[in-house]
Amino acid sequence: MQSGIADIIEHLPAVEKKIHHLSDVLLANLVMVSEIPAPTFDEENRMRFLVNRFTESNLINCSTDEMGNALGILPGKVGKRNILLAAHMDTIFDHSVDHTVTIYDDKVTGPGVGDNSLGVAVLATLPACLEYLHIHLDSNLILMGSSRCLGKGNVQGLNFFLENSDLPIHYGLCVEGMKLGRLSYSSIGMKMCEIHIEVPEEYDWTLFGTVGSIVTLHNVIDRILKIPLPRKPRSRVILGSVEGGKGFNKIATKAVIRLEIRSESGEIVEDIYRQLENIVAEIGSDAGEEVNMNIVSQCSPGGLTFNHPLVVLTRELMNAAKIKPRISPSTSDLTAFIAHSIPALTLGLTDGDNLDEMHSTIYIEPVYKGLALLLGAILAVDKGYCDGPQ
Amino acid sequence: MDLNKWIIENTFHHSDFEDLSALVKEKERQGLTISLCIPTLNEEKTIGKEIVIFRSELQTRHKLVDELAVIDSGSKDRTREIARSFGADVYLASDILPDLGPKYGKGENLWKAIYQLKGDIIVYIDADIKNIHPRFAYGLLGPLILRPEIKYVKAFYDRPLAFSEGLRPSGGGRVTEILIRPMFSLFMPELSVIIQPLSGEYAVRREVLEAIPFPIGYGVETSHLIDVYSRWGLSAFGQTDLDQRVHRNQPTRDLGKMAFGILQTFLSRMTALGLISDLPKMNQVLRQFQAKDKDFEAVEYKIIEEERPPMLGIPEYADRLKELRKESKKD
Repeated sequence: MQSGIADIIEHLPAVEKKIHHLSDVLLANLVMVSEIPAPTFDEENRMRFLVNRFTESNLINCSTDEMGNALGILPGKVGKRNILLAAHMDTIFDHSVDHTVTIYDDKVTGPGVGDNSLGVAVLATLPACLEYLHIHLDSNLILMGSSRCLGKGNVQGLNFFLENSDLPIHYGLCVEGMKLGRLSYSSIGMKMCEIHIEVPEEYDWTLFGTVGSIVTLHNVIDRILKIPLPRKPRSRVILGSVEGGKGFNKIATKAVIRLEIRSESGEIVEDIYRQLENIVAEIGSDAGEEVNMNIVSQCSPGGLTFNHPLVVLTRELMNAAKIKPRISPSTSDLTAFIAHSIPALTLGLTDGDNLDEMHSTIYIEPVYKGLALLLGAILAVDKGYCDGPQ
Repeated sequence: MDLNKWIIENTFHHSDFEDLSALVKEKERQGLTISLCIPTLNEEKTIGKEIVIFRSELQTRHKLVDELAVIDSGSKDRTREIARSFGADVYLASDILPDLGPKYGKGENLWKAIYQLKGDIIVYIDADIKNIHPRFAYGLLGPLILRPEIKYVKAFYDRPLAFSEGLRPSGGGRVTEILIRPMFSLFMPELSVIIQPLSGEYAVRREVLEAIPFPIGYGVETSHLIDVYSRWGLSAFGQTDLDQRVHRNQPTRDLGKMAFGILQTFLSRMTALGLISDLPKMNQVLRQFQAKDKDFEAVEYKIIEEERPPMLGIPEYADRLKELRKESKKD
């Protein structure tokens, strides 16, 4: 173990203890962020809140961009290295959902608190944490609430920034509310698709005894389930949701299937996708209905290796803090860093339940451990301990 | 008084005071101290959030509030534990001035806060606000800090679902519009400019709080308005638009009980002021009806509007004031 990382590890328990003093600020930020609806493509109010927080914390270049990302820079003493800390601002909950959050003495519940209001709240609180802990980084720390990450957002916010910013980004850290111990340093191959089935308006029901789009939807699913999937590399087709019809006694004219193809191999993702295209074309021609498929989001496999210094040192920090690493590939913001060949990983902050439910819950006490771990990772990157051979 | 002029000059919006640094600077220049009081009874679902928000925004980030206290009526749930765990000073109302005996009602907590808390200004915020935000406090404190002649600031809430330019009705809830505003219009027309006389959020100078009596139950807000108006006039009031307030909706039956209590307080105040006379002794039982199968049956509620006297008349308070002055000199 490097002596420098040992020094960081030695101080982690004290850091964890000290940041309890900022619990009211962190929890208040969590409540205020959570109660601002931010469905993907409509994160503007949450972005404004975050930029205001950055401004109040005296960050420089507090700004937004045309994608609606929220940005602020904490300048480093040396400033040779730029570390980008990103938390996606968007959630799966639309404006009609009651975003009220409840705080109990040990937990916080409400839609989106873990995914990813806590991550955004930590970004808003981090400048105060660093100031309180008298931590002055050598590197510039760029804080970014990223927009358009989830689902159809297809990580547009972070990708836009990385493609258009003049600042060279040397390292990336993605912050997710859940779960403590989450360590993602690679992405898998993924294609998120929607299959739309539609009965043409001029369809003559008297000629064909058709039963409508739901039966076609059933046929498509039946064929998808017959696609052979290899055990290695690990591959899956996730049938996420179906939608169709209008009631009890009307023949359904529209139906949608939402699914995701995942594989450790990009070639297999492409192969499964081609098979899906054939299924869609064949059923579309048989049924006399319009069956179309479009890609909503996609990413290629890649990322760091298990032995990359950033991953190794983060695991060491986790082991020292008695946090069991939960290694899993990512399909969200991390993929943008990977696509731009920037060493990066995603860390989870706390434990919780019902991640994407209305009553999503995060536990308060583990947040301090997660935050200390995040600070440890930032310090390790800042001091250049992750710059070794990859 | 020119009521339109009063509305223009004494009606505010919370955003008028959102520069908290400026507000804190002015508060410190005047040497003012501010206490925030949350009266509670079984509010475990909302109290944690209120405490966290107020502590973070009005104590840690901006030193606007010097004291954050919960005065509890004896909650059976975890209200007190949760409030304490997030750093509020928590008091049981019955432990404050115990020799005076317990009385139960929100007004009791508000009245005892005058004894227990230290601020030159006390801002009262209900505990059941789902969309709590620091504006609920600074919006009410702003006028008191920036306008020395204002002594009592009430909240009102006004956010239409849809609004195109032009006139739109604005006002309070059902009890306000069908009871309070008509009564004020009849007997004290100037007070009808208070947009939401029953709102549970207000900030008041100690010199006013200690000098007025406190009904314990439903009539506390109404009596405050009448008593402050009678003694200091309309110019002592301010009102602030706090935008939307999301809270539990009360069933009509409960509003009936509220109206019954308020009416008792109102009529007794009008009698004391000589505005009405020769009232018979008032009955204190409210009858409401419910249907059971095909029969109707009366349900009776005894609603007694008890009152605490002005705090200045309580001997223990004189000692407490001496303590507070000593503490203030030490600081």
